[in-house]
Amino acid sequence: MIFAPWLHKDGCAEMKQGSGLWMALSVRFLLVVMALLGSAPVFAVQVDEILGDPVLETRARAISHDLRCMVCQNQSIDDSEAPLARDLRLLVRERLKAGDSDGQVVDYMVARYGEFVLLKPRLSWHTAILWVAPLAVLIAGFFTIGFAVRRQAAGGRLPAVAVLSEEERRQLKAIEQAQLDSALGGRRT
Amino acid sequence: MIAELGHYALVLALALALIQSWSPVVGARKGDVALMKLADSTAVAQFAFVAFAFGALTFCYVTSDFSVANVFENSHSQMPLIYKYTSVWGNHEGSMMLWVLILSFFGALVAAFGVNLPSSLKANVLAVQSWIAAAFYLFILFTSNPFRRLAEVPLEGRDLNPILQDFGLAVHPPMLYLGYVGFSMAFSFAVAALIEGRIDPAWARWVRPWTLLAWMCLTVGIAGGSYWAYYELGWGGFWFWDPVENASLMPWLAGTALLHSAVVMEKRNALKVWTILLAILTFSLSLIGTFLVRSGVLTSVHTFSTDPSRGLFILIILIAFIGGSLALFAWRAPALKQGGLFAPISRESALVFNNLFLATACATVFVGTLYPLVLEMLTGDKISVGGPFFNLTFGPLFVPLLIAVPFGPLLAWKRGDLYGVAQRLLAACAVAMVGLAAVFAFAGTKAVLAPFGIGLALFVMAGAVTDIAERVDLRSLSLATIGRRAAGLPRSAWGTVLAHFALGITLTGIICASTWGSERIIALKPTQTVSISGYDLSFDGMISRNGSNYSETAARFTVRKQGAVIGVMEPSKRLFPSRDGMSTTEAALLTRGVSQLYLSLGDSNADGSLALRLYYKPLVLLIWLGALVMAFGGALSLSDRRLRIGAPKPAARIVAQPAE
Repeated sequence: MIFAPWLHKDGCAEMKQGSGLWMALSVRFLLVVMALLGSAPVFAVQVDEILGDPVLETRARAISHDLRCMVCQNQSIDDSEAPLARDLRLLVRERLKAGDSDGQVVDYMVARYGEFVLLKPRLSWHTAILWVAPLAVLIAGFFTIGFAVRRQAAGGRLPAVAVLSEEERRQLKAIEQAQLDSALGGRRT
Repeated sequence: MIAELGHYALVLALALALIQSWSPVVGARKGDVALMKLADSTAVAQFAFVAFAFGALTFCYVTSDFSVANVFENSHSQMPLIYKYTSVWGNHEGSMMLWVLILSFFGALVAAFGVNLPSSLKANVLAVQSWIAAAFYLFILFTSNPFRRLAEVPLEGRDLNPILQDFGLAVHPPMLYLGYVGFSMAFSFAVAALIEGRIDPAWARWVRPWTLLAWMCLTVGIAGGSYWAYYELGWGGFWFWDPVENASLMPWLAGTALLHSAVVMEKRNALKVWTILLAILTFSLSLIGTFLVRSGVLTSVHTFSTDPSRGLFILIILIAFIGGSLALFAWRAPALKQGGLFAPISRESALVFNNLFLATACATVFVGTLYPLVLEMLTGDKISVGGPFFNLTFGPLFVPLLIAVPFGPLLAWKRGDLYGVAQRLLAACAVAMVGLAAVFAFAGTKAVLAPFGIGLALFVMAGAVTDIAERVDLRSLSLATIGRRAAGLPRSAWGTVLAHFALGITLTGIICASTWGSERIIALKPTQTVSISGYDLSFDGMISRNGSNYSETAARFTVRKQGAVIGVMEPSKRLFPSRDGMSTTEAALLTRGVSQLYLSLGDSNADGSLALRLYYKPLVLLIWLGALVMAFGGALSLSDRRLRIGAPKPAARIVAQPAE
């Protein structure tokens, strides 16, 4: 816990208690954290935090959505009710009021708490595989399929297309129709 | 005494599983019918013993026998009866018992109802099934014994975690496990086919119902968990991209792909190797999901060390089964003969397209979930991968998939006519365009992507309708004939149409609830009123009351629309004295059609006001409704005559339509 020494007493101790329960069930860990923090239930965003300026507030909410509450399991500070999340929300709003742009606020948080605070990691060398993986898998899939198709084409041939004339098509349809109706009728009786 | 009997029954089940793990394989190799038949009896007996063990544990819970450590830790004498039952699996040991109960149940089903399976295939399937079972019996007996007694018997239990004292616990874990464990059948069939070195369309026909059943249960399980989180967590989110959720989503994605590729194999005898691989991968992902949740490795890499024996044991199971089956695959799969040629534009290709994108989506979730873990282990760097990442990567992968959904069922097998299909989808396209324009006109351009999403959802739904309209030839026939044709369509065709249509339903719900919902966060005093999206909620006052094992403080609100009272909402906070005063917040929901008002309580302030979070969630219920319709589609397909009769016979009868 490099970012803040007080995290431990605030959140992590609770996480440890909760982990057994959480493991026990595939119910979300958040439920348990919430239950453990529950003796003083509070909201994620609280009334007194909301900024007077609706534009700034909207920006603050948007930024909060992408910042992680570090003592929680995979929760944004916008959703979390941990005291730390509240501190971070207030911090975001303070920076906005001080005139920071959205990018500057995020940079500030990263400088202070590390990359861990971002729910969407930045593209860098150590996240390259993460970001490239979806596209790489897709492209690899395309190539594999292409390769398989070529091999299939080399191995066997589809029979040449026999294009039906309009008349033949009509006849075919009539035959199918007759068969269908008789099949249905046959099953009924 | 009953706990010891339960424990003993589990040991006996293990002994039977060990016998069943080799006798049928040897029997199948030597052609010894008696050895093969042995597996039928052991599979059924295994289920009987595990059911007894599970029953014994349940008995301990229902009678509040706190001399059993597991009951003491997770139950309370005052708890309502339903939670005494559900708390059996509301903990690690008990949930593993549920796991093996379902596993042995599936094994017994194959033994009892797999009469039309070739005997050697059935024998091998049962053997593989019992390898898995034996591994999990050992896991329970050595690391997670639910029957452990306490030397000194406590007077009262420590109660079930209040958050789990909910009807959701009765539905979500069992359905999820039915899904997870159900995929073990596909796995066992795949491994058995590899052992035999032989696979044909009949194989796909036997595998499909099991996969379909597992997939349905998983769909309902995931949806149930999502709805539970939605109303229990108090901020109205329905999907959080939490690792635990991802653990259940991955097998679902792979399982969905498997359902589709098995169709190709059954109908056209193609994609054999891929289908086998997918069957192995789907269950592997279920195992990984179990591992991720059970070992606690997700909470923190360090939690791993708090109970290393469990984590290590599951890791060994994981490596043995996934590694072993993949090695077997690498060794035997090349020997499988490929069949069924098809052109690049064909139903087969459409299903390959489906598989490609589902597999990629699954891989994305997999990498995103495990990447932080691996990175921290390798470099010590800590990063977070959360919702924003998945929305950006997973979302775009689903767009081409959804666009392709209406095309697939309309394309012909072997060689399709894309231009022709596009023409037939013109009406669906028009519906989508009109919808898109209408949404733009009404909702404005604030959210640019949302109208396109609605357009896409409409396209998917209209595409499903087109499919069925074509099959009954809606345009050219009389009403009576249409009815006759509709009744004559195979149920699997209806199943496909419903499931595809449901995709559109869910998508609509997701887009509407997350784009056009409104939120109010305010502090309110009694008699004051708050308005949201045309609804006025007046705060009548606080109510105190007592539940069976908790005390509750509720706030009463009267909801009006244009002056007329339409309902009452009572969000509350529950205090559980048995859990050291732990409390839960219970949100209040008011359903209007498929939209909901959502109200949850915060703190009381010094000035007598109450903090509130109020949401209006338009069409939010469509999200879960869609999932239910999807599962119902699966059920219809499962009830198809073709799957009931099982083995394929040479087509003596005229088949009206190539069934799905």
